Order: sequence, then structure tokens, then C-alpha cells
Amino acid sequence: MRAIFTIAKRELVGYFTSPVAYVFLVMFLLLTGFFTFTAGNFFERGEASLAAFFGWHPWLYLVLVPAVGMRVWAEERRSGTMELLLTMPVATWQAILAKFLASWIFLGLALVLTFPAIITVNLLGDPDNGIIAAGYVGSFLLAGAYLAVSCMTSAMTRNQVVAFILSVVVCLFLVLAGFNPVTDLMVRWASPAVVDTVAAFSVVTHYDAFQRGVIDGRDLLFFLSVIGFALFATGVIIRGHRSG
Amino acid sequence: MIRIENLVKSFGAKRAVDGVSFNVERGEVLGFLGPNGAGKSTTMRMITGFMPPTAGKVTVGGHDVAESPLEAKRLMGYLPENAAAYPDMTVRGFLEFAAELRGLHGAKRKQAVHRVVELCFLESVLRQSIDTLSKGYKHRTCLAQALIHDPDVLIMDEPTDGLDPNQKHEVRNLIRGLGKKKAIVFSTHILEEVDAACTRAIIIDRGKIVANGTPEALRNMSDLAGAVTLSAHGATAEKLSELGKVEDLGGAFRVYPRDKSKASELAQAIVDLVAREGWKVEGMYSERGELDEVFRRITLPDTVKK
Repeated sequence: MRAIFTIAKRELVGYFTSPVAYVFLVMFLLLTGFFTFTAGNFFERGEASLAAFFGWHPWLYLVLVPAVGMRVWAEERRSGTMELLLTMPVATWQAILAKFLASWIFLGLALVLTFPAIITVNLLGDPDNGIIAAGYVGSFLLAGAYLAVSCMTSAMTRNQVVAFILSVVVCLFLVLAGFNPVTDLMVRWASPAVVDTVAAFSVVTHYDAFQRGVIDGRDLLFFLSVIGFALFATGVIIRGHRSG
Repeated sequence: MIRIENLVKSFGAKRAVDGVSFNVERGEVLGFLGPNGAGKSTTMRMITGFMPPTAGKVTVGGHDVAESPLEAKRLMGYLPENAAAYPDMTVRGFLEFAAELRGLHGAKRKQAVHRVVELCFLESVLRQSIDTLSKGYKHRTCLAQALIHDPDVLIMDEPTDGLDPNQKHEVRNLIRGLGKKKAIVFSTHILEEVDAACTRAIIIDRGKIVANGTPEALRNMSDLAGAVTLSAHGATAEKLSELGKVEDLGGAFRVYPRDKSKASELAQAIVDLVAREGWKVEGMYSERGELDEVFRRITLPDTVKK
């Protein structure tokens, strides 16, 4: 447990001693602002909710989260520090979990810094803050799912660019599987059962429930199992790499 | 402390390490020699538990590395190839990180960091980030990391690689000093290091151990070992060849003993001959044998042997 804390602390401090954290935070906040107020027509909607804000997250995270996750293992492999880390008295799963948690906390911090959006809607109207809270939970879980996938692709290669692209592709699948234009297209040739099954794998289907203010155990389970599966796969990939 | 039994590692069809067995006890410094790609790093990665072996067994301090890796890893300090370290951390931060992973916290951590900083002369760069360090300092930082918990077993992959001669000297002295109380394995392809720091050396070639012994014993495998070189006024190859095979070096003769085990008698025989013939001796010395000659002879394919 202490080892997890030590590694996670190092990771998290590492974000802030390099420009990565600052570039990411500024870009994330600028883009969420742009998408919410300009592209999302926040004011024209005339409703006191953060739907315009949360609606963009699956797309925004698609690019930004792999940018955070791509370095997690690829950098360790490239610089050779992976050998150092994994010959410490630390189990591989502890290292994987610690690195994931550190990055997830960092993404959570980015999300916390969007608090002016909450203040804005509360000043302008009378929103249901329960729905907003559920929205944040959903958004955080979504970021975690993308991040776990990025950790996995990051373990596959020592090249961060490759890790980034692979991660975007996998996450794009997770989005598109339940994206309405895609499911509409599938309905034409697949049976509804197949369409529903594929859509059930999509993060969007589960994410939308949170945006309606519903925290359903099944949706929680979905995100946690995506994270669990991706981290498990990371472990398998790392073991494979070590076996040569 | 370290027991290695029949260690094998295959990468696809290639056997990088092929049935390596040896033991290292406390107080021993084992030099691990071999040409590039002989399997030195792979063996070390298996000892430290980074790579699982294809076959065979490694035990460190009684703990099987494959079955109880955490217990085995606790006993070991490891300096990986190229001295990898997190470039964005400061030297102090990195050492503190290593100490915490080794279970040292609070005052113990502070003490441990202080100890290795003194041992590896890192005082002046403590606040620098690692990517701004010169290669020598980076190397020593990584070495400090390996020593932070004062391990019983120290595994070092080319600890002097890329260092200048002064730094090499320091690191060798450090290794020799540490070797009195620990079991140390270090790889190198610099032969003088074996003389400078090792109590025993293993030469590995294409995954197999081809020689194992003290530096002295390895040197004795050389053709040159036991030969006597004589430069004397009036000396002739003809007379000397009564005592053994003679090589004319131009101005001096080198006499090889017929029987290596009686090499010491050769020198006396030459002295007697010189006295009988009344030659004027300018110089005379016994050859110790050269490690690099032994190394070349046993690691080069037959066709290249001279």
C-alpha cells in the first residue's frame, strides 16, 4: 500500500515538474470553456444545467486523455526506468495501479478546476445540483476508462506517438459503438439485439445516464470493469514484454 | 548468497543464456565478462527478477526469485544498464523515492540518503535535476540508488561504462570496498577492471560460461603465462631453445616453458645458462599472462584464433 502511495506521489509530482501538467490544464480549461459557451450554445439553451458542458466530454477526452496516458509506460520503457521500477520490491500490479491512480487524480484535478461552470449556472439560474454532481461523477469515470485504455496502449510501445494514436482509436471505438449516427447505421443491417449489445460496450450509453442524474450500479460497474480490464491487460502486456 | 542453477533464456529460437550455473558468496566480487551480446545483461535481468527465466532457478539469500520475488528483491540493489533514472527528478528526490520504495521512511530515509550521497560524492548536485547531470554523475546517482538500503547483494550492469578514467578508478575502489561485506556481481568488458576489483571472474560467450576462476587462474590460461623474456648481450636463440620454445622479439628472446606447471624452474634454468655462457643481462622478467589474450582466445570463433 505504501509502495502504491510512493509511486503515485512520484508520478503526480512528475506532472508538475514538467510542462505537461500546465499545458494540459490550460488546454483542457480553454477547450471546455470554448465547447460549453460557444460550440455548446450555453446561453441560447436558456436552461440552468451543465448539459452543454458535459455533452462534449466524450469527444474532448478522446484527444486529451490519451495525451496524458501515452507517457505512463512508454516513457518508462524508453528511458529504461521500467527495469529500475520493476526490480524494486514492488509487485507489478502495484506499479500499474499506482501510475494509473496518479494520472486519474491529475485528471480529477483538471475536472475540479472547471468549478467556475458550476458557479456560473448557479448564479444565472436554479440548476439541479444533484444532476451536476452525478455529471461530474460520470465524467470522472469516463476519464478513468479512457486513461486505463491509454495506459494499456502505452505499455505496448516505447513510442509515445504510437501509444497516443492507438489509444485514440480504441477510445473512438468505445465512443462510436453507442453514438447515435453509428447505431442508426447499424440498425439497417443488424438485428436490434446485436445493435444493443454493441451499444452496451459504448461509454456514451453509460455516460448519458449520469448526465440525466442517474447513478446506476450497472453504469458504475461498466466503467470500473473497463478500467479493471484495461489495467489487467496492461499487466499482461508488461509481463509479455519482460519475458522477451 | 546468489545461487544460479542451469539458467536458460530463449528469445524465440535464439538461446541468449544457455545453461548458466554459478554461486556467489558474501565477500566475493564476481566480474562477469563477455563480448557484447553474450548474455551478460540478460543473466543479470533474470537474477534481479526483471525477466523470468525460460528454465532454471535463481535464489538470492535463500529466496527463489521466481516464487518469492519481493523477498529476493529486498536483498538486492541493482544498477541497470545505462544507469536509468527519472530525468525530471532531482538527485535528492530520486534517492528519496528509491529509499521509500525500499521501505525507508522518515529519519531512516534521511540517514540512508545522506549515507549514499557521501559514498558516491553527490553532495554538489543534490538539487539538480537528473537530466542536467553529466554522465558520470548520472551513473553515480543510479549507483547510489542501488546502495540506498545497504543491500547484501549488489548487481551492476557495466558500472563503469561511459565514465572517465578517474571516475572509473573511484567506482572500482568503491566496488572493492563494498565487496568485503556483500556479494557483488558486475558485468564489464573492460579486462583491467577484473584485476582492479574482482575476486573471481566468469567469462560468458554465446550464453555459456567458458571460464570461471580467480583473475590469477584465468591469466594462467594464457599461452604467455610462465614465459620468461630475456634481453642479454651475447644471447642466442639456439642456446635458449634447449630450455623451451623461443620467440625472437628483436633484441630480446621470449622463452616458453615446455611444461606450464614447472614454469618457475624455467627462470632458474635461464639464470644458470646466462652464468655458464657469460652473457651480459640487460633485462629479464617472467610474464604473468594477459587476460585479454585469454579472453580473445576463448570468445573468438576457431577461425580467428591465431
